[in-house]
Amino acid sequence: MIHSLFLINASGDIFLEKHWKSVVSRSVCDYFFEAQERATEPENVPPVIPTPHHYLISVLRHHIYFVAVIQSEVPPLFVIEFLHRVVDTFQDYFGVCTEAAIKDNVVVVYELLEEMLDNGFPLATESNILKELIKPPTILRTMVNTITGSTNVGEQLPTGQLSVVPWRRTGVKYTNNEAYFDVVEEIDAIIDKSGSTITAEIQGVIDACVKLTGMPDLTLSFMNPRLLDDVSFHPCVRFKRWEAERILSFIPPDGNFRLLSYHVSSQNLVAIPVYVKHNITFREGSSQGRFDLTLGPKQTMGKAVESVLVSSQLPRGVLNANLNPSQGTYTFDPVTKLLTWDVGKINPQKLPSLKGTMSLQAGASKPDENPTINIQFKIQQMAISGLKVNRLDMYGEKYKPFKGIKYMTKAGKFQICPYNTPFTGFSLTVLTNQIHVFR
Amino acid sequence: MTIALQSYVYIFWSSTNMINYNLLLVAFWVFGGFHAVKYIFIMFSSHRHDDLKEMLDSNKDSLKLEAMKRIVAMIARGKNASDLFPAVVKNVACKNIEVKKLVYVYLVRYAEEQQDLALLSISTFQRGLKDPNQLIRASALRVLSSIRVTIIVPIMMLAIKEAASDMSPYVRKTAAHAIPKLYSLDPEQKDQLIEVIEKLLADKTTLVAGSVVMAFEEVCPERIDLIHKNYRKLCNLLIDVEEWGQVVIINMLTRYARTQFLNPNINGGSGDKTFYGSDEDEDEDEEEKEKKPYVMDPDHRLLLRNTKPLLQSRNAAVVMAVAQLYFHLAPKAEVGVIAKALVRLLRSHSEVQYVVLQNVATMSIKRRGMFEPYLKSFYIRSTDPTQIKVLKLEVLTNLANETNISTILREFQTYIKSMDKDFVAATIQAIGRCATNISEVRDTCLNGLVQLLSNRDELVVAESVVVIKKLLQMQPEKHSDIIKHMAKLTDNIQVPMARASILWLIGEYCEHVPKIAPDVLRKMAKSFTNEEDIVKLQIINLAAKLYLTNSKQTKLLTQYVLNLAKYDQNYDIRDRARFIRQLIVPTEKSGALSKYAKKLFLALKPAPVLESPFKDRDHFQLGSLSHLLNAKAGGYQELPDWPEAAPDPSVRNVEVKESVRAVGTVTHRDTGALWGPQRMEGSESCSFPRSDSASGSESSSGSEESGSGSESEESKEASESEEEEEEEEEEQKKKKKKDLKKPKIKFDSLGESSEEEERKHQRKSKPRKSESESESDEDEESESESSQSESEDSESEAEVKKKKKVQTRVNYRESAQQQGASKTIIRFKKAGFSFLSNAHRSLGVFLQTIAPSSALKSYELLHRITGEGLSVEYCFSRQPFSPDANMVAVQMQFTNSASSDTKNLHIEDVKLQSGMRVKEFPEIELLPAGETATAVMGIDFCDSTQAANFQLKFFVSIQPPVGELMRPVFLTENEFKKEQGQLMGMNEITEKLTLDVKCRNEHAIVQRVTTAANLSRVPCGSDKECRFAGRTVTSGSLVLVTVATKEEGAAQLTVNCEKMVIGTMLVKDILQALTQ
Repeated sequence: MIHSLFLINASGDIFLEKHWKSVVSRSVCDYFFEAQERATEPENVPPVIPTPHHYLISVLRHHIYFVAVIQSEVPPLFVIEFLHRVVDTFQDYFGVCTEAAIKDNVVVVYELLEEMLDNGFPLATESNILKELIKPPTILRTMVNTITGSTNVGEQLPTGQLSVVPWRRTGVKYTNNEAYFDVVEEIDAIIDKSGSTITAEIQGVIDACVKLTGMPDLTLSFMNPRLLDDVSFHPCVRFKRWEAERILSFIPPDGNFRLLSYHVSSQNLVAIPVYVKHNITFREGSSQGRFDLTLGPKQTMGKAVESVLVSSQLPRGVLNANLNPSQGTYTFDPVTKLLTWDVGKINPQKLPSLKGTMSLQAGASKPDENPTINIQFKIQQMAISGLKVNRLDMYGEKYKPFKGIKYMTKAGKFQICPYNTPFTGFSLTVLTNQIHVFR
Repeated sequence: MTIALQSYVYIFWSSTNMINYNLLLVAFWVFGGFHAVKYIFIMFSSHRHDDLKEMLDSNKDSLKLEAMKRIVAMIARGKNASDLFPAVVKNVACKNIEVKKLVYVYLVRYAEEQQDLALLSISTFQRGLKDPNQLIRASALRVLSSIRVTIIVPIMMLAIKEAASDMSPYVRKTAAHAIPKLYSLDPEQKDQLIEVIEKLLADKTTLVAGSVVMAFEEVCPERIDLIHKNYRKLCNLLIDVEEWGQVVIINMLTRYARTQFLNPNINGGSGDKTFYGSDEDEDEDEEEKEKKPYVMDPDHRLLLRNTKPLLQSRNAAVVMAVAQLYFHLAPKAEVGVIAKALVRLLRSHSEVQYVVLQNVATMSIKRRGMFEPYLKSFYIRSTDPTQIKVLKLEVLTNLANETNISTILREFQTYIKSMDKDFVAATIQAIGRCATNISEVRDTCLNGLVQLLSNRDELVVAESVVVIKKLLQMQPEKHSDIIKHMAKLTDNIQVPMARASILWLIGEYCEHVPKIAPDVLRKMAKSFTNEEDIVKLQIINLAAKLYLTNSKQTKLLTQYVLNLAKYDQNYDIRDRARFIRQLIVPTEKSGALSKYAKKLFLALKPAPVLESPFKDRDHFQLGSLSHLLNAKAGGYQELPDWPEAAPDPSVRNVEVKESVRAVGTVTHRDTGALWGPQRMEGSESCSFPRSDSASGSESSSGSEESGSGSESEESKEASESEEEEEEEEEEQKKKKKKDLKKPKIKFDSLGESSEEEERKHQRKSKPRKSESESESDEDEESESESSQSESEDSESEAEVKKKKKVQTRVNYRESAQQQGASKTIIRFKKAGFSFLSNAHRSLGVFLQTIAPSSALKSYELLHRITGEGLSVEYCFSRQPFSPDANMVAVQMQFTNSASSDTKNLHIEDVKLQSGMRVKEFPEIELLPAGETATAVMGIDFCDSTQAANFQLKFFVSIQPPVGELMRPVFLTENEFKKEQGQLMGMNEITEKLTLDVKCRNEHAIVQRVTTAANLSRVPCGSDKECRFAGRTVTSGSLVLVTVATKEEGAAQLTVNCEKMVIGTMLVKDILQALTQ
């Protein structure tokens, strides 16, 4: 299975290595660097790189490459999924997963990696168990530990590993018992210039923060569970119960976790909460281009559209953009040609717009690529799919927990593409004409 | 001083970045003054490792810890720290857990380099292997087996063998992990290791299953025969195994199934054929002659059914594993279910997408219909990384057919305008492939591509040329226009591949462009020396072809080109030129070949087939590394072809131990039923026929084997429960089975005579129990089983009665559910808990119930949810604890409300205040599900109310109320007064109180006081006074209590006790008892 792990930062330094079997020289990473050079973008490094004696499987998260070295056949997803789990764990422990955070906590990182894999095979990957074994560092604890010489290794033996509810640590106690659920939905959509939807789907997750004493047994039911087309569960959810009654029944892990992720398919009609009118034109022979973009709300059920951010990769020929936003601020990076416009909140009475001109390289021909426009936004207190949690009940414990539920809709990969569909496409007539010209 | 020191701190801090700032400051605070300076200098002395050694040698844990942290940080950065080995290893037995852990990390890292020194640590681990705590045993084995030192192979072997039969599943799991480690250290141990693997494969806990299959895959993947007996168990356990183990097991079972079952698509697939469009399964047609209808092996079905719910796992690797299992094993009609799950994975991280798309690409060639509904999910976003875009394109191309091609082409058209040029090139290739595959759109595509020839971007043009060339080969005569157009492009296009393609086209179809071709050659001859090699080769090629067709115009040009080529730097080109000259230019010496030159050069060439690079990749197991790389990776196990005839299915039948039979029968349905701890919920309502667990066991287990010796029926039964429709003959067989001689079973503990019916019940209840209940599951299972139960009607009535009778005696709480129990089907989640093990022998001992008197208050020790179904209550029985008079007897009542048995209940890891002692109860080796057992333990609390902490599967603690720390003594009134007189002053505590309204008579007072404390009443002349006496259990100090009542409920409580603490607490307790 996994032989070794190397952590490589954006500038190509190996800043951490860990071996679970015999040591593999770090020179094996040279093959990775080669591949990295070949790939134009950081995310284009192939996840699996064969080398003469090893295979390198890597993931890129937070500008750090996690490169696992393996020697023999193993399902690549197994390794990839594990590496992501490692990153998630780091993030859980240190708040962020950056090079600095890892270097600062190198001992904890090492202890974690030691527990997570045994001889390259995953051993304890549940955050609740790990936290029982190795306490996450906090500033206070670091201070106390240094003074008292106590450790951040749990004194307790990991009883959770023996349990049939391995995801929940034992002996949980809170003075305030609370359970919060966040229903977060992201709309992925591709919309054409005229505003009609090419594809749209909703990815939703229910993230939970459960701080309940003892061994609570929760059930969560929905008003309209049939909406959920495709779901994947945290291992705590009882699958059969869902199948039979569409109720989520589970003994939750302690703390934050993702209870459920679901999908509302493109077959259902997806409401698109914003519309964009845009007109970006370049004229042949002129060194000026016109830029005109207006945003407006649509199907938001009366909720405000917030944190709107528009970004667009302008064609390479554009030298500069001189635009005038009706609200918010915009920036244009002349090197990357990235235009971003931080709109803020959309006021339905006064629609935000961004107008102005773009200057093109003198003498350059008219750019033929049209920019795609990416939009981000947030709508609070609404799940765009209409999903509603009906109730949350607790069994197995006597106290009354405080329960909370929050809804939010966000833009996922929300793109406005610059063309109209249906396209004129490969029209034969045009082509034959052209061919005649060549004659 | 302070300022100076602080500046030191800063200087050193900035000069070495190894040090933790906090720590320095703290060191500064703690050590203060001179010490701090010394400390700092120690840390930074010039021999950077000397200081560490010194710290390691110190007796302060904090220094050791700091040193270890720095060493680990060095290791993490890849710095060599091997010279510290002796200093570090010394600390292997350090008390501090974190130091110890870090030492382990170090040891495992460097032991290989310092073999001799590493041996020093071995004894510590050997000691650890014997520790009573399972977690310590496990961690000792884990480190021991990670030390790669060949000399200790025998020790490791021994340790693994021992751990493999450890009673703790966690230790056994660690043993399974250790197997591959030992194997890689010394492959010669293989045979012995296989024995251990075989043993562990038979393990019935989920904890072990994943790890042992992993070991199996690494050590002896070829020993598929080891799986037979465990196959059903593995299928049933699967859903409860942790995610990583699931992946390994599923992959292994895929291979297993391919060797053991028949191809489900052998003749059933024809119906689907239309549905799946272009599906072609080679084996399908050749087998058509076979008339025998295909019936799926029930075990095959079991695997498919039990893996399906895992498609909903959050772990992409598990989903992929199930998907590949379905792809390789399922009947065509069922494969479709995986599409949705795979599409879901496309929303994960890009690396996951990458792998999934590779697999989808392969699948979509064979089973296009499966992904067609999800076409839009493969649409490309501008934000996707290029490698993802290209793969999506591949999938879209594979999915293209007559009906959706127009949509797909429209998508492609937008892609061409992308700024990502590699992607545009790939799109053009994809258009070409669509054009070749779907003849209806060939012209449209071709024209579209021609349009692209006027694109401003050279790469686009070049790629188009290459694709057009391939398309034109299919029908050149229609497209001389395009060829002409392309000829013109030679002036502009610089991309070598494109130029080469154009030249080849012109050469190949020079008859269609007779005027242009020689002109192109002329231009090319001019630029020959500056061209790339592939272009040069094509120029020679063109020249040769023109020479053959139009020698009048091109003879000289050809000669010129060949002459240039003759002196080219590249030997390929020189060779080619020589070869062609010989072939086409007639000389007197020219060989026999030259007359065939025309045929050689101008032969009709078959049009290239543009096919997916993913075609036929499915001979690799999907989801594997080898599949991804399209090359066999080390350790890859070939996916075998389906066998012609199914091997004997009876090999999977398991010897009929009770438990295993449960596995065989239960199975199915409910595997999906419970995800996670459902069983716990069900457990409350679990009702197992008492008879089983209470039964005299040994005899029954023995007889059981003989009783149901016919194992094949066993499996039939299993199959039957899932495919109820089929086979009445099974029914008959079952009948027969029932008629088999029933075993005789004694109910010794219950003292029930074994009568005929009893035995029947016993016999019958087994399959029934195995299908264990849990009403709360609201299982639909009951119907599925109903057919079975109907056939057994006659007997079941009698049985139900019996069951009721038996169970009422056992457990009142459950009696309410009895009604349901007879028809509710009890299903086992966990297959493997044996009801009958030799554990029963000792069980009888514990079942002797000490009837708790109602007055005794019982406390909860372990809640059933915390205890995963095991709940424990305890009460202070107030009976003398015979083994040790100084101990308080604690009577514990264990109730196993889980659906599975609990084994080996015993106390371990006792944590006590000094002076306290515990006399454990003898181990309860087996507590069957639904059963209750009682045991008595003794605790010497040392006359304090400190809690006794220990582990009883879980950490629990018993804290005694003060009143239980004494035992009654009998005193006469005079004795009482005398003793009381000696315990005055500090030893006497007096409280005034108002008695509770209900507690104003003597009787009530006596009752309340004796309930609160274990005292006996002292006869007393006055009815206004109640006196009680007792002695503390450990020290025997007297405890005297007097309650004097006055008017209107007023009263005075006096406690005399040598132990003031006890006295004070007792007053409080009695006060409470009397006033409420």
